[in-house]
Amino acid sequence: MKVFKAPLCIMCVPTYPPRGLPMPSLFSERELDEIEERLKRWEEGPLRRSLERYPERRDRFTTLSGIEVKRVYTPADLRDYDYFEKLGLPGEYPFTRGIHATMYRGRLWTMRMFSGFGTPEDTNRRLRFLIEHGETGLSLAFDFPTLLGIDSDDPRASGEVGVCGVAVDSLLDMEIIFRGIDMGQVTTNMTINPPAPILLSMYVAVAEKQGVPRDRIGGTVQNDPLKEFMAQKSYVYPPEAAVKIAMDVVEWSVKNLPKWNPISISGYHIREAGSTAVQELAFTLADGIEYVRHLKGRGMEVDEFAHRLSFFFDSHINFFEEIAKFRAARRMWARIMREWFGARKERSLWLRFHTQTAGVSLTAQQPWNNVVRTAIEALAAVLGGTQSLHTNALDEPFRVPSEFAAKLALRTQQIIAYETGVADTVDPLAGSYYVEWLTDKMEEEAWRYIERIEAMGGMTEAVKKGFPQKEISDASYRFQREVEEGRRHIVGVNIFVEEEDEELRNVPLLEIDQEEAERRQVERLRRLRSERDNALVERRLRELREVARRGENLMPYILEAVKAYATLGEITNALKEVYGEWVEPPII
Amino acid sequence: MSGLSLQSYEPRGRPPKTPKVLVAKLGLDGHDRGAKVVARALRDAGFDVVYTGIRQTPEQVVEAALQEDVDVIGISILSGAHIHHVSRLMELLRDLGEDIPVTVGGTIPLPDIPRLKEMGVREVFLPGTPLQVIVEKMRRLAEERQGARKI
Repeated sequence: MKVFKAPLCIMCVPTYPPRGLPMPSLFSERELDEIEERLKRWEEGPLRRSLERYPERRDRFTTLSGIEVKRVYTPADLRDYDYFEKLGLPGEYPFTRGIHATMYRGRLWTMRMFSGFGTPEDTNRRLRFLIEHGETGLSLAFDFPTLLGIDSDDPRASGEVGVCGVAVDSLLDMEIIFRGIDMGQVTTNMTINPPAPILLSMYVAVAEKQGVPRDRIGGTVQNDPLKEFMAQKSYVYPPEAAVKIAMDVVEWSVKNLPKWNPISISGYHIREAGSTAVQELAFTLADGIEYVRHLKGRGMEVDEFAHRLSFFFDSHINFFEEIAKFRAARRMWARIMREWFGARKERSLWLRFHTQTAGVSLTAQQPWNNVVRTAIEALAAVLGGTQSLHTNALDEPFRVPSEFAAKLALRTQQIIAYETGVADTVDPLAGSYYVEWLTDKMEEEAWRYIERIEAMGGMTEAVKKGFPQKEISDASYRFQREVEEGRRHIVGVNIFVEEEDEELRNVPLLEIDQEEAERRQVERLRRLRSERDNALVERRLRELREVARRGENLMPYILEAVKAYATLGEITNALKEVYGEWVEPPII
Repeated sequence: MSGLSLQSYEPRGRPPKTPKVLVAKLGLDGHDRGAKVVARALRDAGFDVVYTGIRQTPEQVVEAALQEDVDVIGISILSGAHIHHVSRLMELLRDLGEDIPVTVGGTIPLPDIPRLKEMGVREVFLPGTPLQVIVEKMRRLAEERQGARKI
């Protein structure tokens, strides 16, 4: 396959101002000189005296990415700061301040709670419960067998069916999940990767049965294979095949489902696996760059598909760093799309993203504290301009959330949206000397990583070399050492520890009858296999293998197989026969 | 550290008293952050560490543990399927007459801890357990196992 290579122009910035004019800055040279002069006098006088009397808590203060934070920021930290080049206005290039002119004054972010457990019936009840309590978008969590394309009656699935999410084996299950939910009214995210074309096909088939026209089917499939190899690890096929299949989904969706986001380029898992905020930012955008190249290599115009690419980030506990990360991400992506790939349509330049608060920041100790952590992280996501948000439930260090914990997490978002006033003005932290300095810093450090990945030949190659994997694993070990040595504090874990942790013992947990869920799924599959037209299933699977060998787009054939009630496992196995399977070398 | 003793004649010529641990990801979940961090901490603390990688079955874990002749098995699991997989693992070890100590770490609800202990699991490590605690408990289990072997 021909792969488009953009010229290496990492430091490309739009030529503003036009040559010959002085760089516009927020402050005049004279003012900046005066600020620096005053700062020097302050350091020699009041600051020195203050330090003598009250030494600071640490020698160095750093963000979670290890960026050293200064004592105080002033306009002198934003010397040569070009407002229009760096920020612009909301809804204007480079979109640092947000992709929409009115942001949350117009429409609040979508409150989208990641849910799913047990059987499709259990999950249908949970979805309806959340909708009843004001959730505005759905998000499906699948169990591990489903995530890996394994049917519930496969021996490898034993004990895992319905535990971490809902079990989906065939179209039948998807029909049950959406019973009584109007798929023309709601949008749904599905966190699914190698089997993304199968789950998307099931979603489309059920929506069609509900009579929803294709141009009203809205939602997202995660469908981001590269981060699976470096983080989430629910890979099935080898990297090249995985990218090819994912891009089939993108290409088909762009042409058939105008409101669907066929990919959610995800930093979340990279971060949860232990990366820093800078690495999360850099690796996610580098994945995006790789996908754009692949799609252009198929002969698609960038403006034909770029507006359907979506992103997904983590919101961790280091408040300002997270906000800076979101703002830097928007600015960088707009530059990449315009300067590297020549996108012209405004919507092609938008980095639209979903956010989830940081699962790894939750603690098993004193679990009620997790509500507070989640609220702060959710606030960072909102101040960073997210399009949709999942807030974690307090009991997630133990199990998928109880109804009570899930509702409390949803209420946390609603309080931010309706009570705090933070959604009433656009990008309220713009112009903070610290936030703008940190936004620049995140960008600068992320470009450095992207440059290294480019030099390796892009992210697929970097992943095959194990580069991001090693960086993430080193960062997570570094972080853990810092916690161990008391250089990072976690309340309840290494400070304010309680020997007799009452909360830990008393947190109410969701009861899932795993064995019953598995029994019911296995029984449903057995009935399905005896009642469906098995000759038709065989034919559809044969066609699929042939198409895979020819290298054509798989989506239309997977859709047909799904409609014939071929199972998730049967379709995945057919594709494995053609593409093979990825096995990761166990490196620590 | 070493010195001539009976132990230097044990198979594979491992230096005596170097504790050897198998760190294994049991089941289908790919959350390997914790397993890797613990494996590195054990290695830094002088353990001989074998890491299986993800998606291991109980059968594969037992086979690796016997083949590598480890002193302790550290299971990491974050999928919620710990009861199912660990009970199978313990059953396999019991059937073989093996008493290699087993520890389990991950997202384990409190009520499951006594259930795991009843199956014979020696230690359960919840999220947030300091690495130092894990290393020390693993060391003690390994020493106990090595002591039992000498007899």
